[in-house]
Amino acid sequence: MGVKRRAFLIGSALVAGGGVFGIKWADSSARERATALTTGAKDGSFGTWIKVGEDSRITIYTPHIDIGTGTSTALAQMVADELDADWDKVSVESAPAETAFANSTLGRGFLSDMSGKPGMVAALPESLLSLIARAMPLQITGGSSAVRFTGQMGMRVVAAAARLALVEEAAEKLGVPTGELTTAGHAVRHAKSGKSLSYGELAAGAATRTLAETPALKAAKDYRFIGKPVPRIDIPAKVDGTARYGIDVNLPDMRVATVMAAPVRGGKLESVDEKPALAVKGVEKVVKLDDAVAVVATGYWPAIKGLRSLSPRFSDGGNGSISTASIFAAHDALRKGGDPGSSAGEGDVEAGLAADGTKLIEARYQVPFLHHAPMEPFALVAQFKDGKLDVWGGLQDPLSSKMAAVKASGLDEDAVTFHPLVLGGGFGRKLPMYIEAIPQVVALAMDLPHPVKLIWSREEEVAQGAYRAQASSVMKAALGKDGKIVAWQNNYAQPSDDGGGAAAKLFYTIPAFAQDHYKHVSNQTVGSWRSVNATQHGFYNESFIDELAYAAGADPYQFRRAHLAEGGRHQKVLDAVAKAAGWGTPLADGHGRGIAIVECFGTICAHVIEASVKADGSPKVHAVWAAVDCGPVVNPGNAEAQVMGGIVMGLSAAIGEAITLDKGAVQQTSFGDYPILKMADSPPTVRIEFLNSDAEMGGLGEPGLPPAAPALANALFAVTGMRIRSLPLLNQAGAKA
Amino acid sequence: MTIAASVNGKAVTFEGEGDTPLLWAIREELGLTGTKFGCGIAACGACTVHIDGEAVRSCSMPIEMVAGKAIRTIEGLKKPDGTLHAVQQAWIAAQVPQCGYCQSGQIMAAVALIERTGQPSDAQVDEAMTNICRCGTYPRIREAIRTATGQAAIAVQGDA
Repeated sequence: MGVKRRAFLIGSALVAGGGVFGIKWADSSARERATALTTGAKDGSFGTWIKVGEDSRITIYTPHIDIGTGTSTALAQMVADELDADWDKVSVESAPAETAFANSTLGRGFLSDMSGKPGMVAALPESLLSLIARAMPLQITGGSSAVRFTGQMGMRVVAAAARLALVEEAAEKLGVPTGELTTAGHAVRHAKSGKSLSYGELAAGAATRTLAETPALKAAKDYRFIGKPVPRIDIPAKVDGTARYGIDVNLPDMRVATVMAAPVRGGKLESVDEKPALAVKGVEKVVKLDDAVAVVATGYWPAIKGLRSLSPRFSDGGNGSISTASIFAAHDALRKGGDPGSSAGEGDVEAGLAADGTKLIEARYQVPFLHHAPMEPFALVAQFKDGKLDVWGGLQDPLSSKMAAVKASGLDEDAVTFHPLVLGGGFGRKLPMYIEAIPQVVALAMDLPHPVKLIWSREEEVAQGAYRAQASSVMKAALGKDGKIVAWQNNYAQPSDDGGGAAAKLFYTIPAFAQDHYKHVSNQTVGSWRSVNATQHGFYNESFIDELAYAAGADPYQFRRAHLAEGGRHQKVLDAVAKAAGWGTPLADGHGRGIAIVECFGTICAHVIEASVKADGSPKVHAVWAAVDCGPVVNPGNAEAQVMGGIVMGLSAAIGEAITLDKGAVQQTSFGDYPILKMADSPPTVRIEFLNSDAEMGGLGEPGLPPAAPALANALFAVTGMRIRSLPLLNQAGAKA
Repeated sequence: MTIAASVNGKAVTFEGEGDTPLLWAIREELGLTGTKFGCGIAACGACTVHIDGEAVRSCSMPIEMVAGKAIRTIEGLKKPDGTLHAVQQAWIAAQVPQCGYCQSGQIMAAVALIERTGQPSDAQVDEAMTNICRCGTYPRIREAIRTATGQAAIAVQGDA
């Protein structure tokens, strides 16, 4: 029998006047390190995450980067409620990129998501989760995880435990029972005697107390901040130009570099004549990297001029024959082979598809590579001096970014510091596992006697993405005589099987269904694009079920409804959006409605889109209605913004976005040929309804996006009778089937 | 070469090569980093500033073209007492920014539009506001422009 290790919420007294309350430290060295990094001699703090200053102010050290989704504000709302705090005395800072701040709660959440067994993960000891988080190392912002995991499962618990410890400390000092004490205005108050002690006076002592492991959390009726549209704390600095992004870092004597990597992924730099670049005024150096060439100059303009003057020769790594068409052909060949690499599902699909008296329907869908197109291209600053490497940038996971710099430099972890900054858009692109700019800027900094800022041009950004995969599926289903689906098969081809087709999995009640994965990997880097696999599978599933509805002679809303559990969450969301949109009521001539419902990241979202076809054949979106069940909503104003942003990004991709390949290289170059939806084409009416259910809290950064493409395609089918099975749909809408 | 102009009411001289885009002169020479780089081909508008009151994409405006011009950047919108411009206030009221990177350019484009038209119609907003926002804040940008110009908000609100 091994010794069962237990973990506790632990506080830590500081040198003077305060205490730190951390979550469930796996070991004391992590606690000491975190405390040392976040507190001055006169502060006190509670845990890795919550510091109570001598002045009673509360500082939250978030392990996440607010990538523009408002997570910092939401986390502050949660902590403020549990600590009965005043909003103007709570602030949020980024936790240092140190393993001491790795996020075990996030590890728990991700493991729950990945394993699909939250109960099993809940039973794992915290020490193990913390080790997993530090080994991974988890400081990631992605997977719509910050609020539902870190906030709901972590910070609220620490904050509630910290409040109890402050009360206990006050009870001891005042010699009164805890039951007679209340907390308000950053103080513990004793009404009978009129005495009170401020949080700042109590923090140091409170932090040495054993914290409650499962403190009672505030009831919804007692929320003062959660559930309210509290203005986002990051917004003022984003309207006056003072927010500091990675690209805004300036160091004394700094140089600026820009880079071009092999246009065909997998290729290497063979040769380059440096002279034309060196002839450009301001250019100081041409640096040859393994698969790229960089130009270092006194500013970005001479750097990019210098780079453009070069004619580097790159190999193609044997990938020179890969094209968009060759990838789709490979998908089809794999499917024809009929031997999926992995299968998941329920029931006997083959028997269902072959059953007597059923109508077999089959359709092939395909989607292109998609580029994230964050508005801030990669912009990282690095300085190598006296054996120490410092890196600055706005990336989605500071800790892993640091580890990537450690790996690239060959230095010890202690010699490398990553400084997180505001992020100019992430959407999954700024996750460190595929940020080539990190090893690039590290190589440059270690080669130069100056600090250096590496800025990728937009052209490099588009050509060297970590794209949403180009993917396809052949969908098959059998319809019974009663108009119900008997069997359903999704034969999808893409690089990863997404944990057995997690995003492809149906929530409809169908006796037999299967997700069969045909693995195909091209030379392109594929990453997490907002909503990840739910984007393509949402399009396949919700377009195909629309086809089945029409084949059954049924209304698309009623047909879906009939296949959803009666009174269940999905049906409620579908009903809500149909009601809001006035489904079934008359429309203007030439207008049509489409409906779609997708579940991802713990949230169910349905759209109804009203659209028509413009004279030039392109789609016009008149209105979007969305209904969302993400459980409780922490910040309704920001929740709406997240879903709205997802709708716009989903429409943008559906209408016009595609990365295509020819001779192994990306054909698009910038916003001219990779068109992002603009104001004039964004929907003039967007109405979003949150069901505010008592379901487990779901994510919000991503789930608003996936229904947009199928809802729009379904609306256009209602207008034109042409089924759109390939994205983007630009210039297809006007054609008749 | 040396080029004299004014930025946010102050006389400045740019020392770079004449073909240097105004964007980089503003950011790297003057250290005013509120104006952002997005594409370098005047397609996205993240670099929008005002030149003699007109919205211009500074990534594609060489400094040799701005001699003697009055340039205004996002840093120049506040009043001398620090009060935010009405459009900036409307941006906060509507909670427009998400990642925020494009918003300096969006705000500069909106201020120029409002200064030109007073109360822009939806069609004028569509025509003038061609800056890209990847976070998809367009409905709230439209709302902020309407509230900044005393027009009623339109139906972009959620029901939460």
